[in-house]
Amino acid sequence: MKDLRLERDVQTETNKIEARKVQVYYGTNHALKDVDVDILDKTVTAFIGPSGCGKSTFLRCLNRMNDTVASAKVQGAITLDGEDIYDARVDPVQLRAKIGMVFQKPNPFPKSIYDNVAYGPKIHGLTRTKAELDEVVEACLRKAALWNEVKDRLQSPGTGLSGGQQQRLCIARAIATSPEVLLMDEPCSALDPIATAQVEELIDELRSQFSVVIVTHSMQQAARVSQRTAFFHLGNLVEYGETGAIFTNPKDPRTESYITGRIG
Amino acid sequence: MSLGLLFLTVLALAALAYAIGRRRAMATVGGDLRKLHSLPTFYGWITALWVLVPVFFVAILWLFGEGFVIHNSALTHIDPADVPADSSVNLMMADVTRLAEGLSVLAAKGSDVAALEQDIDGLKIALGEAGVAMGNDPTPSMIAAAEAVRGTAAWSRIGLTVVSLALALAGFVWGYRRISPEFRARNATERVSLGLLIVASLIAVLTTVGIVFSLLANTVHFFRIYPATTFFFSATWDPKFGGGSTLGILPLVWGTLYVSAISLVVAVPIGLFSAIYLAEYASRRVRGIVKPLIEVLAGIPTIVYGLFALITVGPLLRDWIAMPMGFGNSSSTVMTAGLVMGIMIIPFVSSLSDDIINAVPQSLRDGSLGLGATPSETIRQVVIPAALPGIVGAILLAASRAIGETMIVVLGAGAAAKLSLNPFEAMTTVTVKIVSQLTGDTEFASPETLVAFALGLTLFTFTLALNVVALVIVRKYREQYE
Amino acid sequence: MTDGSMTLAPMATPEPARLRHSLFAPDKRTAARNAQEARFRFYGLVAIVIALLALVWLLFSIFSAGLPAFRQTFVEIPVTLDAAVLDKAGHGDPAEMASVTTIGYGKLIGKALAAEIEAKGIDIGAMTPKDLVGMISENAAADLRDRVLADPKLLGTTVQFTALANGRIDGYFKGRVTMESAARDNNTSPEKLMLADKLVAAGVMDMRFNPGFLVMPDASDKRPEAAGLGVAIIGSLYMMAVVLCLALPIGVAASVYLEEFAPKNRWTDLIEVNIANLAAVPSIVYGILGLSFFINFAGLPQSAPIVGGLVLTLMTLPRIIIPTRAALKAVPPSIRDAALGVGASKLQTVTHHVLPLAMPGVLTGTIIGLAQALGETAPLLLIGMVAFVRDFPGAPLSGLFDPASALPVQIYNWTQRGDPGFVERASGAIIVLLVFLIIMNTAAIILRRRYERRW
Repeated sequence: MKDLRLERDVQTETNKIEARKVQVYYGTNHALKDVDVDILDKTVTAFIGPSGCGKSTFLRCLNRMNDTVASAKVQGAITLDGEDIYDARVDPVQLRAKIGMVFQKPNPFPKSIYDNVAYGPKIHGLTRTKAELDEVVEACLRKAALWNEVKDRLQSPGTGLSGGQQQRLCIARAIATSPEVLLMDEPCSALDPIATAQVEELIDELRSQFSVVIVTHSMQQAARVSQRTAFFHLGNLVEYGETGAIFTNPKDPRTESYITGRIG
Repeated sequence: MSLGLLFLTVLALAALAYAIGRRRAMATVGGDLRKLHSLPTFYGWITALWVLVPVFFVAILWLFGEGFVIHNSALTHIDPADVPADSSVNLMMADVTRLAEGLSVLAAKGSDVAALEQDIDGLKIALGEAGVAMGNDPTPSMIAAAEAVRGTAAWSRIGLTVVSLALALAGFVWGYRRISPEFRARNATERVSLGLLIVASLIAVLTTVGIVFSLLANTVHFFRIYPATTFFFSATWDPKFGGGSTLGILPLVWGTLYVSAISLVVAVPIGLFSAIYLAEYASRRVRGIVKPLIEVLAGIPTIVYGLFALITVGPLLRDWIAMPMGFGNSSSTVMTAGLVMGIMIIPFVSSLSDDIINAVPQSLRDGSLGLGATPSETIRQVVIPAALPGIVGAILLAASRAIGETMIVVLGAGAAAKLSLNPFEAMTTVTVKIVSQLTGDTEFASPETLVAFALGLTLFTFTLALNVVALVIVRKYREQYE
Repeated sequence: MTDGSMTLAPMATPEPARLRHSLFAPDKRTAARNAQEARFRFYGLVAIVIALLALVWLLFSIFSAGLPAFRQTFVEIPVTLDAAVLDKAGHGDPAEMASVTTIGYGKLIGKALAAEIEAKGIDIGAMTPKDLVGMISENAAADLRDRVLADPKLLGTTVQFTALANGRIDGYFKGRVTMESAARDNNTSPEKLMLADKLVAAGVMDMRFNPGFLVMPDASDKRPEAAGLGVAIIGSLYMMAVVLCLALPIGVAASVYLEEFAPKNRWTDLIEVNIANLAAVPSIVYGILGLSFFINFAGLPQSAPIVGGLVLTLMTLPRIIIPTRAALKAVPPSIRDAALGVGASKLQTVTHHVLPLAMPGVLTGTIIGLAQALGETAPLLLIGMVAFVRDFPGAPLSGLFDPASALPVQIYNWTQRGDPGFVERASGAIIVLLVFLIIMNTAAIILRRRYERRW
């Protein structure tokens, strides 16, 4: 991959999401302890760490997907543009429209490609006419680098696409609600290397409009696509900083062990 | 020898054969187990199987053949001229059977049966005292037939005893002589056992063959004496016992479909919404309590629903809806039966739908929720469309259950065959008419009785088609997410 | 998505563009969607409440109609067994005494009741002795006759006799018969009901638990008070015994073959589809099969538990095979590999290891299949089980060929009777049936809870 990306500067210093002292419990299990993270706007932030370290849990806190798990309890403060997303006045539905999510396994709905992408705009009422919707669908498919492959078969089922295409369809679906932040939970773990490269390229392009948070267990991937990296271990945020700094000059011995392949 | 005694004797023989077979096997090698091909137990088992299996199959065939032979032996004594005009050979045969039983009772009491048979009046009194009721007075030909029944039955029983014991002994001797250290007793036992397992699995196939054959044979018989066009296309159902009936299936089919439709209108929304709530919203505890409670509805026998329709729902609908609004004054109505049947099939819809909704992968829900859809939007636009084939299958199974249901309609829908749109009128269904045409003393030559088999075949074909389609859909659906 | 946010131009001042509206201020559309969400959820709740209410309504209706069947009004009077009436020849020979019919005993009871009423000083108004006899069940005379014939030494003595009250009198105390309805009824009259009230006050008549409901045979149309479930319960037990003895071994054998031995080919696929279909064939079709095969072709007797048992066996088989196969499938292959690995034959593997491990599942399925068979009515109607049977069937095995009734058919039979007293009987019989079902299902649940393994 192009190593140039590592050299790219972080373009903005505005905090999009600020997390302070976040604790997550699954029943009696204390899954996440005292996590403080600031996620910058127009930046790709990678969460890395061995499996079970809490990185996916934390990601799911950011758009309150943990609400759907009955036993999960979240404490601490997470703000989006300065507004506490766990405030009683916040509707998770509205929140999730602003913070979209792409999952580990491509999960296109059993609908046509068009309907998959149109799903978000339809439920949120983002378009008024069919023509407008068509435009949004096309734009999102283009942004997800899928348009040329599917433009002739928009009405065929999304489940008929290949794995990489399915995941790009899911990304198109996520950006169709015009989110401000895009969360990606190991988006390439179910894909082959070629599809992975396509998706990674896409992530880099998305950075110009969204703040992207990506969970990955591939350090190479984190190094390739992200500007900032957070390392989680056993429910703790061990180290957070510029990706280059984390990989070349880790401060914490645990980070170093992980990066050099001794744990994980 | 009575059946029970014979059964026990053969069992005892088999047990003996087991013990002897085992011992002999040990004896052939002088107690050195290692020289035997198989464990001694297997020598015992194979000997016992040789005793049991042939007797078992012969006895079953014998018992099924016996009734047939007895019936025919008695039939030869009955002069068709003796049959009263208002009766039939079959009714008379029922009397002959009763007479034969009565004679046996008298004989057991020590009465002089031979003398009584000459004195018909005396016989009548004696039978009356013995508590045997007859439809008609016994005639000489009936007495002869009854004697034939008793004679054949007695000989048949003796024959069965002799044949069974002989077979058992022969099996024992054969098995005993085969025992040697080289005899592969385990393999032989396992071959026989596997054969028995295959026979057991064939019973399911035989049942289907039996159903299809008994329905088809009698239906063919029916269409030979009754025009098929009238049966399929006449809008009148009017059986008369003197003959000259009009037996059109259309009003029955209409009643069946009407009742089933109402039951589905009740059960599908309630069942589906219950399933959705239980699968998507209910907490684990609520689900753990409510799901079994709803399934209790499926475990309650249909006769209970029938009585519920008869004593509670029917009068309630009549007094509060049908009468005040002038729809009718019957308590047995399509609405009554449909409503109660709807309650009965709620769990059929909800349980299967619940399973199917649960089989929809969580990743689809996450995908939708992650886009900011509400849970209900997720359910309506993602989960239900994904589960739709399975849900359709569940509804088809419920429909098949409703169409084949008998007791609720017998007690709740009434007996009048009608083509009407008013749901507060009594109508009748295919199953009700099968019951009414086949209960009581039946004569298997009249179209009024045989029509029940044509109705049965129609019902069977219809439900079979629904079941097959539903099962195929559900199976395909399951495979999709496995 | 608007065009503005779609352009790839870098945003110098992102904040105002992004903050279209605060998270804290829900927009109209979201409010509407949330209202819709609440409505949808409410529909689900309503559906569940309706289903549960239906269950409660059903059970309440049956129990409130059926519980009175377990209590019955009795009259307790001293009856003098006059030897001159009951044994005219005076030999004390039961055979001769049998010539006195129930009518003779009925008169005796009538006299005894009249005497008792007089002794208690109750005014009977214009009622005739015949009216007085009408207070008591017609079955009482037969009961008394049986008692005397069984023990001729009672002749000449005075015995304390407990007679069933007439069904209408009983109905009056249970609220089924009122003064108004009695006035229109040929079988009773308001005078009789008023007398009944007085008899209760005098302690001659009372209502108590009626064991006869569970042990007595059916009774004729005019004697609902004497009808019991004895024959039906025995008939049902016989049929269940037949089903258990046939369906369990055959079902297990068939499942073992299909699950463990059968090659996967078209033929076994056919058997499989066939079994799934048999489980969904309407039960009445099995009745047609029983009628035309077991009765008409094989000549087995009508109304006999053996035929009912055979029909129910065929019906229950697929319902046992399906859960049994599931239980066998749930035993992990590693167990089979382990047994085969030490040189056990396939059959030994199955009988020593797989089947014992699957047994809880097999038994649970069997019990549930039996419970379904116990409540099944329609096929039994066709094989003549609906006949009126008063005589208890003999002991097995020959008793299996005697006429008998069955619980669900007895219920159906009672719903077809004219006297309203039978509705109460039918509901009571349902309670008995449900108690059996509850016991069986509880056993199944306990088995499952206690022995079910998760692999």
